Amino acid sequence: MEERNSFVREVAEKKYEYGFTTDVQTDIIEKGLSEDVVRLISRKKGEPEWLLDFRLKAYRYWLTLEQPTWGHLKMPEIDYQAISYYADPTRKGQGAGGKGQEGEKEIDPELMKTFDKLGIPLEERMALAGTAVDAVMDSVSVKTTFREKLREKGIIFCSISEAVREHPDLVREYLGSVVPYRDNFFAALNSAVFSDGSFVYIPKGVRCPMELSTYFRINARGTGQFERTLIVCDDDAYVSYLEGCTAPMRDENQLHAAIVEIVVKERAEVKYSTVQNWYPGDSEGKGGVLNLVTKRGHLRGRDSRLSWTQVETGSAITWKYPSCVLSGDGSQAEFYSVALTNNFQQADTGTKMIHLGKNTRSTIISKGISAGRSQNAYRGLVRVAPTADGARNYSSCDSLLLGSHCGAHTFPYMDVQNETAVVEHEATTSKISEDQLFYLNQRGINTEEAVSLIVNGYAKEVINKLPMEFAVEAQKLLGVSLEGSVG
Amino acid sequence: MLEIKNLHAGTGGKEILKGVNLTVRDGEVHAVMGLNGAGKSTLSNVIVGHPAYEVTQGSITWDDKDLLSLNPEERAHAGIFLSFQQPVEIPGVSMVNFMRAALNAKRKYLGLEPMPAGDFLKLMREKRAIVELDSKLASRSVNEGFSGGEKKRNEIFQMAMLEPKLAILDETDSGLDVDALRIVAEGFNKLRRPETSAIVITHYQRLLDYLKPDIVHVLIDGRIVKTGGPELAAEIENRGFDWIKNSLTPGPSPRRGEEGTGD
Repeated sequence: MEERNSFVREVAEKKYEYGFTTDVQTDIIEKGLSEDVVRLISRKKGEPEWLLDFRLKAYRYWLTLEQPTWGHLKMPEIDYQAISYYADPTRKGQGAGGKGQEGEKEIDPELMKTFDKLGIPLEERMALAGTAVDAVMDSVSVKTTFREKLREKGIIFCSISEAVREHPDLVREYLGSVVPYRDNFFAALNSAVFSDGSFVYIPKGVRCPMELSTYFRINARGTGQFERTLIVCDDDAYVSYLEGCTAPMRDENQLHAAIVEIVVKERAEVKYSTVQNWYPGDSEGKGGVLNLVTKRGHLRGRDSRLSWTQVETGSAITWKYPSCVLSGDGSQAEFYSVALTNNFQQADTGTKMIHLGKNTRSTIISKGISAGRSQNAYRGLVRVAPTADGARNYSSCDSLLLGSHCGAHTFPYMDVQNETAVVEHEATTSKISEDQLFYLNQRGINTEEAVSLIVNGYAKEVINKLPMEFAVEAQKLLGVSLEGSVG
Repeated sequence: MLEIKNLHAGTGGKEILKGVNLTVRDGEVHAVMGLNGAGKSTLSNVIVGHPAYEVTQGSITWDDKDLLSLNPEERAHAGIFLSFQQPVEIPGVSMVNFMRAALNAKRKYLGLEPMPAGDFLKLMREKRAIVELDSKLASRSVNEGFSGGEKKRNEIFQMAMLEPKLAILDETDSGLDVDALRIVAEGFNKLRRPETSAIVITHYQRLLDYLKPDIVHVLIDGRIVKTGGPELAAEIENRGFDWIKNSLTPGPSPRRGEEGTGD
């Protein structure tokens, strides 16, 4: 499209509905990172010796690493000594370590109000039908709903801190088994200082009767959030897990360096969905969350299934590659992604599909949408090992550009070492045309709504993979995130 | 009532309309005929506010409102509908979502609540039948993979849904076979209410056989050079446009080489 007709107006303040701060007494440890800090975190959480050892090994390994620079990202320098690694907003009136340690305590009404405001009511009678929530603010899980109901089926759903106390053997068996602390720079950092996240165990043959979800909220200034989530789905079991997140609007960059590990056993199935809406920074590119995340699933069992679905609209920087290791023969993995960047946001996201077992299948559907002056990259690896007879992969990576000042990039890597494998890759790049917008305008639809309609249509294939309530939320989010991107 | 006075307009710095005067009263059907490049599509695009066209002189009023000061969606809400000559494909956007957005935008403008889903789908079914569009349409993306005839029927279907006061049919007959033409034209006639007016842009008599214009205009080189009754269309069908051009003395005649270029 010619510049003359450019329908994109640059840089207008976009709406971020979740940018408020909760005024709550928070126990924040001194800024900085050292072995003492790692020990302090472990002590605050009342952890056993083996876990402290794990953390210390990770920390010492992290000291030997450099922050990776291969992403298509302009990363602001992160001063790891200027971050506080533990912030507990549940301190009021209870001992260290949040809830649980001394039984269920009363929750500060301010926290309840915060999650209400975010649309995540923590009272079970108010909750979304069929969804259990683990609500994490800063470094601590505030509350996990429907635990008892799930327990009746043998399902464990709690914060990882509680799991360490109550199910140490399970945690010890699986923690770090999918993403070892030596995996990468941010994984080592997370393994040293991780605080809360969720733990899920679905026993053999159990179909989890409700959606499980974790809502992550950053609140305290000057802190980083180091989520750790571990999901184990035993033979013939099924679970659908959702993750959502938001943060206050601030001029500073805040770090969210997470690890999510998923273990899928024989014939088991896990669906993992994310709607990522961290504060993206302002229209000038100031502030915003640095979302540096390692997510991986291990399809250990024969005929196991794992599907990642992500809608990424937030964060100043997203560095995230939810991946699958397909070990079990006949296992199937999917990755569905919509990444939308506006203003000065940067995303470098994609997946890795590592085929080890025979007749394993993977599907990658990635939709990038770039507006403003943002940069949006898909980065993916499909590896077929010599053992993976009959492996198949289909990848489709589409990019949609809104305007002339944004960028879309595709970095697909393929490493096929088995000649019976079939690997397909398709990629397209398109722009919303002025004729499309005018057609919708002529039918009475204003430009902002028209863009939202086109973008939602474009992302439909991925949105449809989300559970119903999330899909509706995601659609709205795509519209809101583009507000101000077109004139 | 639509009143166009001394309209000069063009695109890319080139003047195409050079002083058009046209008045369309409520309930009237006007035909605008002319060769390619005469400015017919420019005229329809300017009326609906296509951003690629700029008006350099003159005025358009619609029910005493200054139409040129309204943006395209406001003109749509004011009841003006364009059946596009080449409807654009919008992949991924289903007809249902598209029509629901359009209809609810109009209702919002009128101060009404969005139409309940059940009523909306019923309305889709009713209106679809008028232009004999099949039921799979609703789940398909806007115009994507539609045949030429389906695209034109889809335009009239949208008109049926939105019930405009002024419909502009920009070469709706082009690329249609006899049956499709009949379906489109009869559909249009069924939808007309007594106060609905229309501007029908065409090269040919055959659409006008169905639509029965009250007034026929001939547009040559950016001006309306002749206006008459339905018999004028019949005469053009028989004799072409040359006799009109030749009768234009002493005024400026189009230079050779500028005719026959696409609009």
